[in-house]
Amino acid sequence: MTGGEVGTGEAIVFWVSGTLAVIGALGMVLSRKAVHSALFIALTMINLAILYVANSAPFLGMVQIIVYTGAVMMLFLFVLMVVGVDASDSLIETIKGQRVAALLMGIGFSILLIAGLGNGLLETTSVGLDAANSANGGNVEGLALLIFTDYLIAFEVTAALLITAAMGAMILTHRERWYPRKTQRQLSQERFAVGEHPGQLPPPGVYARHNAVDTPALLPDGSTSDLSVPEPLRARDDVREVDQDDIEGIRRLSSGSSTTDKGER
Amino acid sequence: MNPANYILLSALLFSIGAIGVLVRRNAIIVFMSVELMLNAANLAFVAFARMNGNLDGQVVAFFVMVVAAAEVVVGLAIIVTIFRTRRSASIDEPNLLKY
Repeated sequence: MTGGEVGTGEAIVFWVSGTLAVIGALGMVLSRKAVHSALFIALTMINLAILYVANSAPFLGMVQIIVYTGAVMMLFLFVLMVVGVDASDSLIETIKGQRVAALLMGIGFSILLIAGLGNGLLETTSVGLDAANSANGGNVEGLALLIFTDYLIAFEVTAALLITAAMGAMILTHRERWYPRKTQRQLSQERFAVGEHPGQLPPPGVYARHNAVDTPALLPDGSTSDLSVPEPLRARDDVREVDQDDIEGIRRLSSGSSTTDKGER
Repeated sequence: MNPANYILLSALLFSIGAIGVLVRRNAIIVFMSVELMLNAANLAFVAFARMNGNLDGQVVAFFVMVVAAAEVVVGLAIIVTIFRTRRSASIDEPNLLKY
């Protein structure tokens, strides 16, 4: 692992991963669609995990990947699917000029923060974690020792926090059932009471050369069934024509009256 | 290169997250921006731990991650609940307490 000073290899890692992290963060703020934002911030989090490992924190790097990119981002994407993928921002400003003001404030804040920190940290020297990590046999062992001695109370409180969060999520998303659940019998009676076709619609036709959904099925009398083709295809007039000559040939074949045109087909 | 660069990167990411919270109107993206700010703070903790040569900063970053996980669970549950009643994930919509 690295010492206090940054070597050339780590500098390269920093500039590559740091740039990618900033690109991800900017993409998250700038992209119109929420799904793109989620993917951009996943990029940022993976690059932050790389930076943690570069900072002699391999345990935190792994936890970052497992907890953030694994669990948290998947939860975000799941909720995006519930809320609707197309939920994009409204452009109406409830407070006039709020966006511009916020942007100016953010840029000013970042300049102030980076200038102040850069000025203050210019003269600092870095001790490095080599001694602290090797004191107990490794990074994980060192963290474990701290968590189970100095930070034991905080760790215990964390358990309570996680249980409370799980309970809170369950209570918040729980939906009361106001009506008794319908039985299968009731559902079936409702279906038949409407008086329409109660079962499923006929499937598309299966022919030697076509079995796609745009191929209508044949009825016993040789005509084609409109119901066997999905409604949107019918509306667009995309139904495949079934050759009436073929149907005639099939009929003759099945009745056994003619064997003469076998060779043609 | 000085390890202080990590702190500057974390400041930059924190500012971008803050701008995201202020500018965006979709509750989920605002929430992602909050996550970005937490991550930036974590990077600062890890870098400071390295500069100071003890592991306490990493322990704090670990606890921040735990709290962030709990926060995401509750926050997303709230967003889903609001979406169910208001059919919208925009943070301008919930104004029931205004009038």
